Amino acid sequence: MEAVFLAFVLMLSIFLGFELISKVPATLHTPLMSGANAISGITLVGALTSAGAGIEAMATILGAAAVAFATINVVGGYLVTNRMLSMFRKKEGPPQSAGQPGASA
Amino acid sequence: MSAELINVCYIVAAALFIFGLKQLGSPATAVRGNLLSATGMLIAIVVTLFSRGILEFQWILAAAAVGALIGAVAAQKVAMTAMPEMVALFNGSGGVASLLVGWAALYNTGNTTFTYITILLSVLIGGVTFSGSIIAWGKLSEVMPSRALVFGAQRAVNALILIALVACGVLFCLDPALDSPYLYAVVALSLLFGVMVVIPIGGADMPVVISLLNSYSGLAACAAGFAIQNNILIVAGSLVGAAGIILTNIMCKAMNRSLANVLFSGFGAVKTASKVEGEVKPIAAEDAFLILEAASSVAFVPGYGMAVAQAQHVVRELGELLEGNGAEVSYAIHPVAGRMPGHMNVLLAEANVPYDQLIEMDDINPRIENIDVAVVIGANDVVNPAAREDEDSPIYGMPIINVDQARTVFVLKRSMASGFAGVDNPLFFGENTRMLFGDAKASISAVVGEFKS
Repeated sequence: MEAVFLAFVLMLSIFLGFELISKVPATLHTPLMSGANAISGITLVGALTSAGAGIEAMATILGAAAVAFATINVVGGYLVTNRMLSMFRKKEGPPQSAGQPGASA
Repeated sequence: MSAELINVCYIVAAALFIFGLKQLGSPATAVRGNLLSATGMLIAIVVTLFSRGILEFQWILAAAAVGALIGAVAAQKVAMTAMPEMVALFNGSGGVASLLVGWAALYNTGNTTFTYITILLSVLIGGVTFSGSIIAWGKLSEVMPSRALVFGAQRAVNALILIALVACGVLFCLDPALDSPYLYAVVALSLLFGVMVVIPIGGADMPVVISLLNSYSGLAACAAGFAIQNNILIVAGSLVGAAGIILTNIMCKAMNRSLANVLFSGFGAVKTASKVEGEVKPIAAEDAFLILEAASSVAFVPGYGMAVAQAQHVVRELGELLEGNGAEVSYAIHPVAGRMPGHMNVLLAEANVPYDQLIEMDDINPRIENIDVAVVIGANDVVNPAAREDEDSPIYGMPIINVDQARTVFVLKRSMASGFAGVDNPLFFGENTRMLFGDAKASISAVVGEFKS
């Protein structure tokens, strides 16, 4: 029974997900969300199979559109998460001298 | 590549996702965690491309190039204040991808009734995620009104849509033709349903909606995984689904409301708070400076208003000046401050505030009485003592940052209008409260100017 086996995987993964995520501090909730969102772009794997199987024109079109959308999700999600996370820094030593607004835009 | 080898690689990818999410649990390891997760994704994609089932590459390459370009540009260009909208759009594209994958799976051979049900589920969840995310994006970016749009027969209409969805689904499963009109009906109704469930939700409740849609995008991938019988989709999808549910739950708790209440009762619609009478005590920037200069501990309490005023950089500058002056500086952040979970932390991190100064509500409240000055910037409901004291208040019972118990409170406010939920705030009339009127950025800059002169 393939379906039962898949349901078994589903059940274990959900519990694992709950365990993993409940330990993430509130500080990181936004990157967590966008990082998790990037993972949900895994549907790209399914899209690739549909777009490349060459069964029927309609399936190829649907699959190719799915590839485009899922790639937006994957690439955008990981890049933006990385961009956010690299902003989080620890305090380095004593506070610097006053009056350094930083070069940020 | 044989199917076995591909599945072994999927196991590696799943392990990398899990390690990646685990490392996202601490700011020190989070960058590496995200990289691990991305590596897992890359492995999964590459081995899929090498599978024997894939014969044509031209469409894949073209579509992936377009998607990667859009995603990369969007990720580089987006302002941190606009992050909720961006995540909503990414969610939406994940959702529509799952819808299309489900739909395309109809063309596979050997589908059983169970497969058809999972195909319908991925179309349904994917469609709701997509159109719901688009509406959430519209509300967050204020392309459309961000308040709750409620009309009389809303629940009846939603119930009808649901019934029609189930009916069309059943009819489709009875005769699963590729061009079945019931299939198109399910696609259309799913999209409509996504719109209907998000429009009655007001701007202040957006953190819940974003979390929930995030969860849906994972579940949609999961359903697509069942439709094409692919393990990695199920594992990754359910990890994301669980993440979204947990965040949704945290957000609901932080507002002391049930998920049903957030989803079905347009919050902005009710205004029954007892009006508070009193006199506010305004303070000028010069006097605020004198008090801050003498303070040995200062806590900033930012809200979405700080992001709107773009005040985070001057706030960090003031924080550094205060530290240079010997004060202990912290930033107290309410779980629902901002428009998505953890939004304030990202904005402050962007302004170079070290993450060890970002304090969660439950950690600051026990020692709030020892804080000399609490500076409230653009926050209202999350510091409203009515949530503790006034049983008639719509936000009664919501956990708040108890700034009114600090020795002195400065509230930065443009004018005396009420906050997002339309709740009057007794904090403004508190004995120890001083109102610093004006644009938050200008007010803080004035205080910074006093420090430097």
